[in-house]
Amino acid sequence: MILASVLTTNLAILVLAGFIGFVVISKIPNTLHTPLMSGTNAIHGIVLLGALLLLALPEFGLLFRLDALSEVLLVIAIAFGTINIVGGFLVTDRMLEMFKPKPKARGGDGAQDEPGGEQGPGGKQ
Amino acid sequence: MSVPLASTFLQSPSFLDVLYIIAFALFIQGLRGLAGPTSAVRGNRTAAIGMAIAVIATLLQHGEHRWGLIALGIALGAAVGVPAARQVKMTAMPQMVALFNGVGGGAVALISWVEFRRLGSSYGVVTVRDGAFTIASHTAPPTYVAIFSVFAAIVGSVSFWGSNIAFGKLQEIIPGRPISFGSAQQVVNLVLLVLALAAGVDLVAGAHSQLLFIGMLVCAGLLGNAVVLPIGGADMPVVISMLNAFTGLSAAATGVALNNPALIVAGMIVGASGSILTNLMAVAMNRSIPAIVAGGFGGGGAVEGASGAGEHAGTVRSTTAADAAIQLAYANRVMIVPGYGMAVAQAQHAVRELTKALEARQVEVSFAIHPVAGRMPGHMNVLLAEADVPYDQLEEMEEANQEFGRTDVSLVIGANDVTNPAAKNTPSSPIYGMPILEVANSHSVIVIKRSMNPGFAGIENELYYEPETTMLFGDAKSAVSEITAELAQL
Repeated sequence: MILASVLTTNLAILVLAGFIGFVVISKIPNTLHTPLMSGTNAIHGIVLLGALLLLALPEFGLLFRLDALSEVLLVIAIAFGTINIVGGFLVTDRMLEMFKPKPKARGGDGAQDEPGGEQGPGGKQ
Repeated sequence: MSVPLASTFLQSPSFLDVLYIIAFALFIQGLRGLAGPTSAVRGNRTAAIGMAIAVIATLLQHGEHRWGLIALGIALGAAVGVPAARQVKMTAMPQMVALFNGVGGGAVALISWVEFRRLGSSYGVVTVRDGAFTIASHTAPPTYVAIFSVFAAIVGSVSFWGSNIAFGKLQEIIPGRPISFGSAQQVVNLVLLVLALAAGVDLVAGAHSQLLFIGMLVCAGLLGNAVVLPIGGADMPVVISMLNAFTGLSAAATGVALNNPALIVAGMIVGASGSILTNLMAVAMNRSIPAIVAGGFGGGGAVEGASGAGEHAGTVRSTTAADAAIQLAYANRVMIVPGYGMAVAQAQHAVRELTKALEARQVEVSFAIHPVAGRMPGHMNVLLAEADVPYDQLEEMEEANQEFGRTDVSLVIGANDVTNPAAKNTPSSPIYGMPILEVANSHSVIVIKRSMNPGFAGIENELYYEPETTMLFGDAKSAVSEITAELAQL
């Protein structure tokens, strides 16, 4: 009984989250698709939580003990998840910084500006 | 007493659930922010804060945390991820996204493996979510846990290996052209899929064999390789997006298996968004997703391209930077069509200088952006935004196609397949039916290209043989800079 209700609750969450995903994301303009892909890519790094949870399982007598192999696998999984999260958000941030309107006069005087290459995003970070 | 009280409160299931709810509310709010160029930075940071909260909530869970191992894993990940993300060039962004996606899939597969090892040897069910681990002893773990774990393992493994191949192809470690077993390709894919599924069913049915599980991971991994290897470069954006959706779905499945709502919500949102994006891209290229996955672009495309190469006896007219500058200077309206060539040459700033010089001469300049120009949707937008090109100068494909008729000069910078008229005129061409930028409608066309080599998809471009087309051979950046220099002397 209890287990069944846990499953159905989770399935309901799953379905509703899917709908939210569709609704929220179908509004995003083409031009932001790369940052969007990169941003959602960072979000699925949340699998890190799975590895953290499994590492924290209590060591009761009857229950499974993490053996060395499991520990190694989980450390790798944590490292992978961290790369996914940290790298994903940083890269997305760098990309999006470029979309920010920059306080810079533009117009007829265009030709006298210095090459834009010197003030790329790298200098800002 | 006060310390235990405080820690009891912090570890109480309701409090942790509230943290999770806050976390995924922030994810959703963050994604909403991504809908506009001005709110996007904040949106991404909002999602990152949500992630931090979710991680902290998980670390607060009651249980025996092995802090040393956790710190080790996070330190390793940060040591790799941070420099990679900070140093990667904007042009290499697609491969970087593929790589980050791959490690996410890898993490899912590894977690499922450990979950399976746990299921195999436990005599009780551990419900992790309620903080204080409820244990129903002597009950077999419910079957659905095994089903979702096995699903996550297969999909995660496919995503990991597929993404790595995509990375290798975009980084040009592996040739971008399709590699396949020819007609046996689909049989091989099917056999691998069936093997992985059969192993999965056996595991769900109660076979607690480590070897079987590893065999399933290997089959799924080989399947990931076999699916992505035959896919030609032009389809790569669609593939990365699809694998991104896969990783999201597998994360959601892990969430169901581990009974963790944050994982379910975040994974599913990514799954949904990735599916939409994949579909949008496939529509933009007039390709069906099953056709891409079945390797449709693979064999046929390459052969077609190779035989097509010999057919053109037409002449290619080359031009010089000085001539191109004159042509551009006396035009009323110029449309710039950027492609991957601009990205590899890092030519976006040079292009921006050229547009400024042209605007100073009262030439109307805009950019025509094909949805799949470059290696990812929006790839060109990111690069041009980096170079301070105003947002309103960028025109999407439909808009741009209406403008070509009144365009004096189209300047194609390293774009190939997305301008290829074969997509409209040659039914036998592998890209037939893909919407293109109809640059041939403009009065004249200047194409900047390194050589006459066909593009990433390996298909000859008829546009270069058109009478109104002239070719300016050279690296995109130096060619554009030369034109700008010539303009200054007019």
